[in-house]
Amino acid sequence: MAQATAHHGEHEPTTTGLNHRKMLMWAFLGSDCMFFGSLIATYLVYKNRSIAGPLPEDVFSIPVTTVSTFVLLMSSMSMVLAYAALTRNSMKAFRIWLASTCLLGATFVGFQVYEFTTFANYEHKVYCADVGVKELTPVKQELAKKCGTEDEHDGVVEEVVGLSPRTNLFGTTFYTLTGFHGAHVTLGIVWLLSLFFLSFKKGMVTPERNLDLDLAALYWHFVDIVWIVIFTVVYLFGVFPGF
Amino acid sequence: MTTLAFPIPRPTHPTGIWNWITTIDHKKIGVLYGVTAFILFLSGGIEALLMRIQLAGPGQDIVSAEIFNQLFTMHGTTMIFLAIMPLSAAFFNFVIPLQVGARDVAFPRLNAFSYWTFLAGAIILKISWFTGGATNAGWFGYAPLTSVQQNPGTGIDYWIVSLQVLGIASLAASFNFLVTIINMRAPGMSFMRLPLFTWMTFITNILIVLAFPVITVALIELYFDRSFGMNFFNVARGGDPVLWQHLFWVFGHPEVYILILPAMGIVSEILPTFSKKPLFGYPAIVLAGAIIAFMGWMVWSHHMFTVGLGPIPITVFTITTMAIAVPTGIKVFNWMGTMWGGAMDFKTPMLYAVGFVAMFTIGGISGVMHSMASSDAQQQDTYFIVAHIHYVLFGGAIFAIFAGIFYWFPKITGRMYNETLGKINFWVTFVGFNIAFFPQHFLGLDGMPRRIYTYDSAMGWDFWNGVSTFGAIVLAIGVLIFMHNIVKSWRKGEIAGDDPWDGRTLEWSIPSPPPEYNFEEIPTVYDRDDWWARKRREVRRAVPVAGGSGEDEEHHDIHLPQPSYWPLVVAIGIFIGGIGLIYPVGTYAISIVGVLIGMIAVYAWSFEPVNDPEDGEQAAH
Repeated sequence: MAQATAHHGEHEPTTTGLNHRKMLMWAFLGSDCMFFGSLIATYLVYKNRSIAGPLPEDVFSIPVTTVSTFVLLMSSMSMVLAYAALTRNSMKAFRIWLASTCLLGATFVGFQVYEFTTFANYEHKVYCADVGVKELTPVKQELAKKCGTEDEHDGVVEEVVGLSPRTNLFGTTFYTLTGFHGAHVTLGIVWLLSLFFLSFKKGMVTPERNLDLDLAALYWHFVDIVWIVIFTVVYLFGVFPGF
Repeated sequence: MTTLAFPIPRPTHPTGIWNWITTIDHKKIGVLYGVTAFILFLSGGIEALLMRIQLAGPGQDIVSAEIFNQLFTMHGTTMIFLAIMPLSAAFFNFVIPLQVGARDVAFPRLNAFSYWTFLAGAIILKISWFTGGATNAGWFGYAPLTSVQQNPGTGIDYWIVSLQVLGIASLAASFNFLVTIINMRAPGMSFMRLPLFTWMTFITNILIVLAFPVITVALIELYFDRSFGMNFFNVARGGDPVLWQHLFWVFGHPEVYILILPAMGIVSEILPTFSKKPLFGYPAIVLAGAIIAFMGWMVWSHHMFTVGLGPIPITVFTITTMAIAVPTGIKVFNWMGTMWGGAMDFKTPMLYAVGFVAMFTIGGISGVMHSMASSDAQQQDTYFIVAHIHYVLFGGAIFAIFAGIFYWFPKITGRMYNETLGKINFWVTFVGFNIAFFPQHFLGLDGMPRRIYTYDSAMGWDFWNGVSTFGAIVLAIGVLIFMHNIVKSWRKGEIAGDDPWDGRTLEWSIPSPPPEYNFEEIPTVYDRDDWWARKRREVRRAVPVAGGSGEDEEHHDIHLPQPSYWPLVVAIGIFIGGIGLIYPVGTYAISIVGVLIGMIAVYAWSFEPVNDPEDGEQAAH
């Protein structure tokens, strides 16, 4: 009972047998749940309350974000594989999987940068032939009124609006929520890279001291789970009607 | 040797001021917390006195309306975040490891970091007086009073950054104490044998861990609105100021219990000790504390009854608010049951503890009055609310903190305070407090709004305002007597002995002041009031319950972590980073410097050798 220390590197006996640092990590993640919970709550309170466009259905591209979500979820898998490799003392596999995790995480952040720039330069485009044929968002209906005026060029009216954090409530809440998630991922990458480079120093990252990686992995998986919630609540509910 | 060869060695045996700067001993950090928070308590008290002097008579112009707005905002913020919370934290630090039978907290360096970060946040808030005006939007900073259009100066920014920094400090401390209480209990110290103060600290820290992120998000949103022109609380773009109120009070109501639960814990230690009876209804008090913490999340909108939430939410929050009075009442009755028939010894801590029960009950009753929304509509924003909050936070939290200071003073310093002065101190404070705040009930019911800098004589508020100011001055004299007593006794008081109160809990089983390592041997606990049981040889259960932190029996040399510079350096980085958020010159250049300092220090912290190389110890095992 008392001597049960799951991780050899941490020699202190504890009341519960759980390691201090791991318990702190869980408490921190509980706290972080409330952090993201408050940001998501703010987003939901202001959903459909923007008084100007662009709106989620205008800017979101579900296929693109699905790919980036997939990339992030795969990073969780490579994280698990990295941990498994470390515990069986296969340092080479460990480094490969850890580097993959960082790479996949960085790819996700890259997607986010791409997404943010696209949204910031978003332009409304209405094919005048579609008016009355396809269903248009309110912003586009407004724009479609310009069809037939001198603003129409080659059967298209367009207008650069751009979605910045100042544009409307959607921009404000969207960039804040996803921006803080991106910051969490970036911090995770810095943490994992630190472990990656430390692993080349003798004795710093060893199977006996796997707790260091275990804690980073806990954080990493948590941030991924938060993204699943954001992807569902912000992206899917934002585009598909009925939510 | 597997440690990184870091060029700066760990401080080994610092002396003088460096001893305090690099300390990671929970007892010294507790003293640092206590002294710092008490000085800040005095600064908040001076702000209050200035307000009371301004309001002593009608139509006075001693301080201007602008200054008055800053005074009440800073007074509220100071007393809540810089006085009561850190004074409670002082007791967490000093008492918790002793009560659970541990040599230190789970993360000693993180503990030092909490203190220095708290100090950084306190300095940021207080220097705003001298940088062009402090915050002036009330301690709850309602939108849109805080918008950049309404409030263009830097006062609000200082307030935002200060609260964020204080939030980091509180969260770090809470993680630390949660782990300490769960994971560092002595063998046999099951949860239902934990001293009540430890229990209430445990519950308080759960509340901090869950409530502070909410205010963090609210403040981030406010900061983004002010600095980047975002729209969270911008009505012109569809933003809703009521969202701020919801976010603030979702944090703010648990915060009320964060302030009062440690006080209840302190009183629950003192009443049994000075009644010579075990705590009456221990499981009921523990459960009541847990229920209060749980229900504290369901009552926040009672601060917003006059906002116009609609009948259903108002009904729901009325019912939950009335319901939360029940567990509080359970505690009051259990405290009375503890004293009933006991051999009561009215030493100063006991006087304060009994004073707490009485004053807190008055504050609790006026609190239940607010739960009726129709009645609350009359009381909202009047001095009745001011009277209520001071009965629960001064008559409640501060009385209990004074009780705790007197109670643990012999343990902290090894010396006894002056009992006669202590009793005079209690009565002056008690009488002054009631003269100062009871008339505010009358003023409030008579319609005097809070946060006004002056009033007309025709309103008929002159007399009670004069009485209230007189009471505030008496109260200030009480605090001066307290300071005199403490300072004098700390230096020249009689030697107190290890156990002057015939105490019940483990901290009284070791010398006063406790040695650096606290316990020569980690005790094994067999009873709820274990030290009483041991002194009376009434060990009821021969076998400790399972799950103790079994020390390796052959391993008798005591390992103590060594002092460290890095917690302070990280806190300095946070301080500089915070100032950079207030003055975003050169695209946040100052903040970037602060972040870099912080990051370097975090890395240095991570790779700091665990032990002094001179000890010949391997750092990594």
